[in-house]
Amino acid sequence: MNFEFSDEQNMLREQAQTFLRAECPPQAVRTVLDGDAPFDQSLWQKVVDMGWTATVIPEEYEGLGLGYLELSVIAEELGRSLAPIPFSSSVYLATEAILLAGTEDQKMQWLPKLASGEVIGCLADAEAGGQLTEAGLSCHFAEGKVTGRKIPVADGDVAGLAIVIASSDQGSVLLLVDLNQSGCRRQVIKTLDPSRSHAEIEFEAANAEVLGVVGEGWQCLQQLYNRAAVLFAWEQVGGAETALEMAKEYALNRFAFGRPIATYQAIKHKLAHAYVKNTLARGNCYYGAWALASGADELPLAAASARVSAIQAYYYASKENIQTHGGMGFTWEFDCQFPYRRSKLLAVNIGSEALWQEKLIAAVEAERAA
Amino acid sequence: MDFNDTPQEAAFRAEVQTWLAANVPTDAELAGMDYIGRAKLWQKRKYDAGWACIRWPKEHGGRNATAIEQVIFNQEESKFSTPDGIFSIGQGMCAPTMMTWASEDQNKRFMPPLASGEEVWCQLFSEPAGGSDLAALRTKAVKDGDDWVVNGQKIWTSGAHYSDYGVLVLRTDPDLPKHQGLTYFFLDMKSPGIEIKPIRQISGGANFNEVYFTDVRIPDAQRLGAVGQGWQVALTTLMNERASIGGGGGGVNFNSVFELAQSVNLGERPAIEDPSVRRKLADWYVQEAGLKFTGYRSMTALSKGEIPGPENSIGKLVGAPKQQDMASFALDLLEQAGVIWDEAHSERAGMFQATYMASPGLRIAGGTDEIMANIIAERVLGMPQDIRVDKGIPFSEVPTATS
Repeated sequence: MNFEFSDEQNMLREQAQTFLRAECPPQAVRTVLDGDAPFDQSLWQKVVDMGWTATVIPEEYEGLGLGYLELSVIAEELGRSLAPIPFSSSVYLATEAILLAGTEDQKMQWLPKLASGEVIGCLADAEAGGQLTEAGLSCHFAEGKVTGRKIPVADGDVAGLAIVIASSDQGSVLLLVDLNQSGCRRQVIKTLDPSRSHAEIEFEAANAEVLGVVGEGWQCLQQLYNRAAVLFAWEQVGGAETALEMAKEYALNRFAFGRPIATYQAIKHKLAHAYVKNTLARGNCYYGAWALASGADELPLAAASARVSAIQAYYYASKENIQTHGGMGFTWEFDCQFPYRRSKLLAVNIGSEALWQEKLIAAVEAERAA
Repeated sequence: MDFNDTPQEAAFRAEVQTWLAANVPTDAELAGMDYIGRAKLWQKRKYDAGWACIRWPKEHGGRNATAIEQVIFNQEESKFSTPDGIFSIGQGMCAPTMMTWASEDQNKRFMPPLASGEEVWCQLFSEPAGGSDLAALRTKAVKDGDDWVVNGQKIWTSGAHYSDYGVLVLRTDPDLPKHQGLTYFFLDMKSPGIEIKPIRQISGGANFNEVYFTDVRIPDAQRLGAVGQGWQVALTTLMNERASIGGGGGGVNFNSVFELAQSVNLGERPAIEDPSVRRKLADWYVQEAGLKFTGYRSMTALSKGEIPGPENSIGKLVGAPKQQDMASFALDLLEQAGVIWDEAHSERAGMFQATYMASPGLRIAGGTDEIMANIIAERVLGMPQDIRVDKGIPFSEVPTATS
């Protein structure tokens, strides 16, 4: 049994923590939340310089050729610091989509640019109005052009490349779309978490290239979701731990009725339950990381388990963090809003809890039928 | 990351598998015996072959095995349905306390028959006035020559009626503050003056007892630790309690409720097709899987010869309420038949009903949910202890319901 990160991976974690403590304090999140900049440009450049965007990209495409366990470590630490950068869109979604379905030429064209940060990638899947379904896709692809509207697209305003799911006369299809063309109109939209920018994108006969196989787009998107779910779950666990840590620190130092509120069982038990949920989610994330890193058949079940428990843990910790802070937690001035906003963003971005609970049970059924 | 044994662990596992396959008692061998006889037969067989209490030192009846080897042995043994249940307190809690605090001669006398199952031990801590607040116990011991004379009452003593020996904490000085006036002993359960009365539980079973002491004499030589050091000795026992009481993995679990949902209807279709059923099942699945993989992390630490982190302390707090909720949900799925608790008529011979009635006990035994949450808050998160109004004052002056 070796169900633990290696010494090298733990060293990477320590480096990441030291770096992010210095470069991504809560003030960095606040600056993006309050300001006009779509993301923290300086932090992003440093993350790129350290090679994090190149982590799992093979060396022949100018990546580092490391594995998903390393990327999991980075994801957890980015989540812990609530980093306001387009890392997840570019790395877990766009890069993964090309690694999963790209031709040799497509990989040669895009992966080095994604690795070096020259291009930021994003995934344009949602079309507003409820759950995304294959039959309900309104974006349409024909004769090398895509037309339709995507909203919300995380980092769609700053990305140079979008992975787009669309319908076509031969079934659903994943597309590579260079966003710097006249057929793409982009507009920044307001969201629940202004520390991560989002856009509405309208494609008007924009040039698009098929990624993977026409007719198998939806299927491929599900595989992409499974892979990304594990990485997002690590971010969520990192964020949930931050929320718990904030609540604990506040409870230890806030006095009421003559003693620290951390001495009251109502507070102690609330935080103990947050620890329980975080620990369960972490256990499931380990399994997800293992399944992703080893290419195991269990990935759909492992990804769904990690995502469902990470959504639950982050929501609980972030809402009870505000509650523990009392009225101060409800003020703009305090940082409690950051994990609360981020937990919901990450809870719905690649499909909500209910959707993944359904996927989980479907995966159990599939496993038993096999 | 992988789930594989090291070559050494794999060789050990194979050796265990071979021995178990050849030695687990057959139904025919066990026929006609009660659960105590069955458990004793299996324990003696393990002992004779060197597979009992394998982590213990050789001279005490074990084989100096490592922690990971113990885990491997338990995993392999749990693949068979072997008789058990009467030794876990003695071997899991009393023995570590004895080995830490008793004399070498005492351990040479008492550990081998405890390992072989020829002698069974129990633990007498809780009292009517001292449950979660264990140190509030009042059973008195007064020194008389080379003996101590004991009067009072213990409660919730599992297996007192079939035990040969027991460990207990007694109040030797009521004028000292609560934790300071306690002293720890072991005693012969057949001593004159001990009266054992079974407690009937809401589940119908009677696994616990009240134990009454009237002028029971315990030789001073059976004192563990110094006079007044009882609380410190008791902590050795309690530290091992959470290790020996599991999260309640058997009985009602994801698999059994999932299969039930496949077999019963909700409306016009199988319950498993109902989205609300699927969401609940998914929640329980991630709890079970989360516990399992948290256990794997601890196993990894053991495999490397390290001490596992605090993460395993969540097991009972997650497992016990989960069993209760799952059993309750299963009964709802059975609709009106859910109330039938009759082996002849119940689904799975009444397993869901039995768990529904037994699970309240799981949430209390070995530390209530509330105590477990306190332990996590204090020992894992480093939050302060509750304010205690009995701190520092003589135990005899601590307010009680009757004073």
